[in-house]
Amino acid sequence: MTEPLPRPKRKNPLSRTTQPLLPPSARSRKAHGFTLAAATGRFMLQCCGECGRYTYPAREACPNCLSSDLTFKDAPTGGALLSETRIEVTSDPYFREHTPWRTGMVQLDCGPVAVVHLHGDCGGPGSRLKLSLQLDRAGQAVFSAKPVSEVPHMEDDPQWREMTADPKHRRILITDGRGPLALPLAQALKKAGAARIFVGVADRWKPFDQQAPLEAIEGVEFVDLDLTSERSVQNLAMDIGAKVEILINTADHVRPAHLFDAGAANSAREAMDHTVMALMRLAQAFGPVMRSRGADGATGAVAWVNVLSVHGLSNAPQFGIHSAAHAACLSLSQWLRTELRPGGIRVINAFAGPLDTEWFQTVPPPKVAPKALADAVLDGLKRGLEDIYVGDVAKDIEARLFDNPKAVEREAGQ
Amino acid sequence: MSDDILGKFAGALASGAVRVVDLTHTLSPDFPVIVMPPELGQSAPFRMERISRYDGGGPAWYWNNLSFGEHTGTHFDAPIHWYTGRDLPLNSVDTLPPADMIAPACVIDCSADAAKDADFLLTVSDVVKWEEEHGRILPRSWVLLRTDWSKKSGVAYANLLADGAHTPGPDADVMRWLVAERDIIGFGTETIGTDAGQAGHFSPPYPAHHYLHGAGRYGLQCLTNLDRLPPKGAMIVAAPLKIQNGSGSPLRVLALVQERSTG
Repeated sequence: MTEPLPRPKRKNPLSRTTQPLLPPSARSRKAHGFTLAAATGRFMLQCCGECGRYTYPAREACPNCLSSDLTFKDAPTGGALLSETRIEVTSDPYFREHTPWRTGMVQLDCGPVAVVHLHGDCGGPGSRLKLSLQLDRAGQAVFSAKPVSEVPHMEDDPQWREMTADPKHRRILITDGRGPLALPLAQALKKAGAARIFVGVADRWKPFDQQAPLEAIEGVEFVDLDLTSERSVQNLAMDIGAKVEILINTADHVRPAHLFDAGAANSAREAMDHTVMALMRLAQAFGPVMRSRGADGATGAVAWVNVLSVHGLSNAPQFGIHSAAHAACLSLSQWLRTELRPGGIRVINAFAGPLDTEWFQTVPPPKVAPKALADAVLDGLKRGLEDIYVGDVAKDIEARLFDNPKAVEREAGQ
Repeated sequence: MSDDILGKFAGALASGAVRVVDLTHTLSPDFPVIVMPPELGQSAPFRMERISRYDGGGPAWYWNNLSFGEHTGTHFDAPIHWYTGRDLPLNSVDTLPPADMIAPACVIDCSADAAKDADFLLTVSDVVKWEEEHGRILPRSWVLLRTDWSKKSGVAYANLLADGAHTPGPDADVMRWLVAERDIIGFGTETIGTDAGQAGHFSPPYPAHHYLHGAGRYGLQCLTNLDRLPPKGAMIVAAPLKIQNGSGSPLRVLALVQERSTG
């Protein structure tokens, strides 16, 4: 059983903050098939279209039949431990700070043998394991193994925590307290053991429905945050920037407008200001300080979540401006991901279809309940994902975009 | 000598016989703006983004880019702001006659009533009562409604409840009467609009806007320091920005108040 992670002590102000280091990160282009799988929480290996055998490591041709028809396919997640190595001393700067570190050779049920990171609760050689592909602090895919059945406090394993962004004992900022996600997110984060939940609220002089239930959650603290104001975002970062370990950006602005409407340019500017420029302001204010705190103890800065519309991936004309704004957010988010990588900060994009809220009132189901989206964000943090698709619409668009993006575009306009 | 009005005025300013009262709130991002139903167009709040501050963006100088709606902070409403004034001549801020930018003010103190009732409405009888004490409102005067609302801030200032804003203002009759019977140049308030918070339910809706602008008159709102003005005799200087076809603008509103007799 893993020792439960103790609530971290206050930092000694006389000690230097540990600087973030990253595990070795070189990967071949082929091997990014694992990155794709790990980013979405899938377990995929190359599988030969001719002979049907799985292969590892990533190759150009099947080592069995030499066919070049090798594609990444979902594989069974079981395996058996062949041997174990506990690394006590290493010359790698990242792992030096995390020793001892358990690795092992695993016979995968789908055929190949792989070197994997071993969770502390895994048994010795011969024991059955459950494999997953995880993104490490460098954002690269690695094999990770856990015992088949759950063990108490499993998520507190120090190796596993390096592969995830668990909210336990961390301080979180939810950027838009007026949005429909704030309440279910705060509830889920509280349940997951978050130490403090800052909830940004713009224009405190305007009342809002969720104020009382949010306030009732222990650990929730309202902070002034107007994402459309550079000054407001920077003021907050000066106050609590060094206390935010997970930032969940829920900025959104849904206003239907037709492209040819006289006022559409205003709607577009407002939507961009509330979403794209909001993300830009947040990135400028909170990005540098979060990046510098990526190795600040067991509960250092770890993740930045952007909640995006799946229509950012392909325009939905009914919500054309909203789609365009989220497409720009996605691009900005990818940029932010690169900038935060040196700090080991994971940037997670959660894509959802229309939410079950007032602004999508006229849209027929299926729609995503805010609580379902909040739960999916929590799941993504705990599993260390990078791309989360929530609900039937988002999952459908993801699958179809992978297959034929042109078909998605044409059908959206019909 | 008696013709040298401005010379005397300069002397009075220098001696303190005439003091200048600033009736303007500081234009800042936090100051509430009018709230419309969210599916309608919204006024942009005041925003300031730095161009440079003696730094890489400009080594020796400090300056900012500003953005805001025409009706932000302490601001002026021109007749073109309302549909009733849309076809009038000289109805936008750029064509506003300069002589109209300086006019006397009558200050009606309703602060006690507004303290008791956020939905307090000024009526004709209130104004008649004021006239009995201070004399008839002269044509082309501003009528300023003092409620001390400017002393509130944040939630209390906007006072938004589930059925909309609850802030004091004029009723429909008094607006029609002030324009038709007293020929006022404009009406000013300390609240977010010249109309009461619930004025959308009046007949006609938003009577201050309806009658003032329909007759080519002006509005001033988000005023402060009205408690430092005498009931009668202050001169108001209100010169909005000269925005082409503008419906209003934030501005500095000054009041000139005669402190004591200059003999």
